[in-house]
Amino acid sequence: MVQTQKSVPTLTRADLADELHRTIGLSRAESADLVEQVLDTITEALLDGGNVKLSSFGSFMLRKKGLRVGRNPKTGVEVPIQPRTVLTFRPSQLLRQKLND
Amino acid sequence: MIRSELVQKIADANPHLGQREAERVVSTILDSITDRLTEGGRVELRGFGAFSTRGRNARTGRNPRTGESVDVDAKRVPHFKPGKELRERLNMD
Repeated sequence: MVQTQKSVPTLTRADLADELHRTIGLSRAESADLVEQVLDTITEALLDGGNVKLSSFGSFMLRKKGLRVGRNPKTGVEVPIQPRTVLTFRPSQLLRQKLND
Repeated sequence: MIRSELVQKIADANPHLGQREAERVVSTILDSITDRLTEGGRVELRGFGAFSTRGRNARTGRNPRTGESVDVDAKRVPHFKPGKELRERLNMD
């Protein structure tokens, strides 16, 4: 049930930098650098093992998954799936609301 | 880390900006992502991840306390898929 609307272009790093440039008036180079800094700071906090909670946007939560037995769907051969950390995003109530206004 | 701590780190790393502008940087980025999702679009940040929306069908739910049936309308929900690089980095020991 994945919905994509082709008419709306995908937002990228370059668009975010452009937005900083236009709305705050920072240079294009600094804007691009700041987009990177924000993403890197979030990434570093997650790599340190902490959750990241951005009020009115959502939370990035780390979940530890234990070892389980998986199966190669093509061959049916059982393979162990090693314990791992997965990242989930829990959208804020506000973000959920905005999508349905 | 919470939002104000993220703002503080950006302010600390960019002393010429100051707290107020650091806050504007963070909110402009988060608002732009939110706006594109509400327009029905996607957000792709290579190495970090991609935000998109997914449809949920209308369904009949139940009030867990009273057991009463309630109609839940179809809706869109935000979804985040972590990028390959981030997934891998989270599992390097």
